[in-house]
Amino acid sequence: MRLFSKGTAVGVAVPTMGKLTRKPVHDQATRRDYIVYGDPASLNGFNGDLSGYAGVYDPRTCAQPGSLPTVSGVPNLEYLDDDDVVLLLPSGGVNVLYRRRSEHNTILTTERCNSYCLMCSQPPREVDDSHRIGEILRLLELVSPDTRELGLSGGEPTLLGDDLLTIIRKAADVLPRTALHMLTNGRRFSDYTLARRLGEIRHPDLMLGIPLYSDLDHRHDYVVQRRGAYDETVEGIYNLAESGVRIEIRVVLHRQTYERLPQLADFIYRNMPFVSQVALMGLEMFGFTHRNLEELWIDPAEYGPQLESAALFLATRGMNVAVYNHQLCTIPRAVWPFARKSISDWKNVYLAPCDKCGVKDYCGGFFQSATKRHSAFVRPLPRQNPDADRILREWHGIKTSTASSVPPNS
Amino acid sequence: MQEQFHPATFFAPEGAKYTLLPFRFMDFDGRRFLANDAGQYCFLDSPEFTTLLDGTLSRTSPAYMELKAKHFISDTALRVPLRLLATKIRTKRSFLDGFTRLHIFVVTLRCDHSCQYCQVSRVTADRSRYDMSRETADRGLDMVFRCPAREVKIEFQGGEPLLNFELIRYIVEEAERRNEEQGKEIEFVLTTNLALIDDEILGFLREHRVYVSTSLDGPAVIHNANRPRPDRDSHDLTIRGIDRVRKALGHDGVSALMTTTRLSLAHPEAIVNEYVEHGFDHIFLRPISPYGFAVRTRRHTGYELSSFLEFYRRALDYIIEVNRRGTVLTEIYAQILLTKILTPYATGYVDLQSPSGAVIGAVVYNYDGDAYASDESRMLAEMGDRSFRLGNLHQDSYSDIFGGPVARALVEASCVESLPGCADCAFQTYCGADPIENYATQGDVIGHRPTSHFCGRNMEIIKHLFRLYHGSDEFVQRLFWSWVERVPVSSLYPTIPD
Repeated sequence: MRLFSKGTAVGVAVPTMGKLTRKPVHDQATRRDYIVYGDPASLNGFNGDLSGYAGVYDPRTCAQPGSLPTVSGVPNLEYLDDDDVVLLLPSGGVNVLYRRRSEHNTILTTERCNSYCLMCSQPPREVDDSHRIGEILRLLELVSPDTRELGLSGGEPTLLGDDLLTIIRKAADVLPRTALHMLTNGRRFSDYTLARRLGEIRHPDLMLGIPLYSDLDHRHDYVVQRRGAYDETVEGIYNLAESGVRIEIRVVLHRQTYERLPQLADFIYRNMPFVSQVALMGLEMFGFTHRNLEELWIDPAEYGPQLESAALFLATRGMNVAVYNHQLCTIPRAVWPFARKSISDWKNVYLAPCDKCGVKDYCGGFFQSATKRHSAFVRPLPRQNPDADRILREWHGIKTSTASSVPPNS
Repeated sequence: MQEQFHPATFFAPEGAKYTLLPFRFMDFDGRRFLANDAGQYCFLDSPEFTTLLDGTLSRTSPAYMELKAKHFISDTALRVPLRLLATKIRTKRSFLDGFTRLHIFVVTLRCDHSCQYCQVSRVTADRSRYDMSRETADRGLDMVFRCPAREVKIEFQGGEPLLNFELIRYIVEEAERRNEEQGKEIEFVLTTNLALIDDEILGFLREHRVYVSTSLDGPAVIHNANRPRPDRDSHDLTIRGIDRVRKALGHDGVSALMTTTRLSLAHPEAIVNEYVEHGFDHIFLRPISPYGFAVRTRRHTGYELSSFLEFYRRALDYIIEVNRRGTVLTEIYAQILLTKILTPYATGYVDLQSPSGAVIGAVVYNYDGDAYASDESRMLAEMGDRSFRLGNLHQDSYSDIFGGPVARALVEASCVESLPGCADCAFQTYCGADPIENYATQGDVIGHRPTSHFCGRNMEIIKHLFRLYHGSDEFVQRLFWSWVERVPVSSLYPTIPD
């Protein structure tokens, strides 16, 4: 998946954002939202009228040198689509900020973080990236209002303070039909005022994904590498719930978290049964995970009993359970109903044994990075009996094609 | 420069001290049972319990971690554990929100039955003397709408309330009319023996979504013996009535209650079968109440506590087997107790809470306008003891009735947190108090726990449920959860067929 390209910039004095169009925009007033892109043939459709557009992204040459911010010289623009949002940089770089056809658009709010998790997939950097705030506010104006879901991640988004509230207010305003899912460690919400102010925005479909790694404070604090973090997160969860903000608890499973997973499930049920979902997530081989692999790695097949126990414990008690980033061949069959195909499309791969697998359609596969390390139990599974197959298809929203459901000899 | 990672020991709590948070404990089958105010519990071996109290329980022991995670002990600043505990306790007490939710209207004292254990009815044709008037009903509705509860239940009782159906019709329509401005959630329940049900009544019940609650004591031989009519046809009429109600209101439009009499004791399986046979997915195994005519006829209907417990255990065992064979059947009392034991939530069951549900959970408006703290209070009054009469709808105000000396005394006398024998009981959060039963059977509202049937019954049933839940039968655990979650055991969680 290409999210960055490099070409030659002409007239790009400042980073220039716009949504892509290959067709002329007739309303002069909205042209400033658009960046014209495509091969010369499609640009011909504009009849030379490029006035008022935000910029041009052209694979060959500059269409109108000097008049509009232009990046050119990047071949193969097929990776882009109309209504994708890109940022043209003075350096000639082109960042894709939003892809219209993807279900996995995530906005990075900041690279800074107040935790330092052992398995962080996006290691924090202590940089001043406050320029992102203005870019995000502009991006929200350009994103299609029909977008189903947008993610907000970091770093730790709450480090933006008031600016984060401004971003969420803006999203509620311009994208009222778009679900907003924010990943946060929740610690800053131990300040009740911040939680209350977030709740007061009354975003129509906001969910915070908050990690909780143990029922015991010091175990959680070790995983996130901050003393007192557990207390802050737990208080944050309470403050958010009291402010009417919906919460998903996220637990990354590894050697430091799997043992007390059933006890954590009990803790969540007894102390925060109000959460909308509990997500049990496989480890990503990104970022800090490599540095701490000895402390973190456990073959998912080894924690099957704890995973099954926790998932069924919560489901039995009427709580929503989702198991992310796991392959069906590495988890107990009883956990399959909770397994989601969750890996972002651009990170998702399958391995060689998967080609012969009978349940590949229902399996989330691997992170690209898992090619480096994955369960020793990865293997092709047989096709399921028709009843099981039908149920799995329904769960995953896979339409039954007549051709494949009729055995060849019948 | 990149920051270094710290080892796990860096985050381990400092010092060896831990603080005990409030909990209660008792011996239970050779182990120590501990429970806190949020209803969370754990079992410890006796030596482990001793080390816990000594302050020497090892941090690395599983017991230590369990006790800490469940908020029995703390080794950190207390702010967060106390906040979690406080929230859990508040959730467990949420039945107090909204004050009185159940308002019972005794629309007539007249009845077509003459049941042995019944409490309060009269077989008579004298309408003017034993029927509630519209004026009284109006005053009763004044109270319903004065109560802060947003969700209220209006229940019609008797006698046989259908003998005064016109007043039921009036109360339902008047409540709906008044509610257009008030916007409460009102549920109507008609408690009837079904003998007098007809199409006109059924049409009304359907139109106004009135639920029906009836009595079914078991097979005909038991039911008819308990509930005599001149033609000994009560069972027949009940079953036919249940069918008619279901046809009109849907299968779940009618529920049934059973009362255990001496005659029932030897037939738990037959009674359970009767409920299954007639398509009920629930049964409520209730002991006979020590009121009304039941006191007078105790020699015929009453029994020792141990006999009831034996009956309850046998019936529950049989219900478990019925479920194992694939029939969905919930025992309601177990469901209520298991919800208290296993979940963070409260139950709305007024007969097992602290303070007791008398007045603050339920109130009874008698046919003559007298308001009582509970159904049992008016039964006592019918026997000549008006101790729990809260006032009269025609003479007393809302605050006289709901905040008067009788109401206050009942609340004060029914907080298990301070009652002798309850204050330090480890089952306290699962139980409740019944000051009126204490008064009726033991002579004062406080009561004497060692000789109390209420206490003995609940202690033993709770223990029985714990033994079953923590026993070796894995199906029982799932079954109990299916009762708590009110779903068939097969739909507790999704599975993929092998």
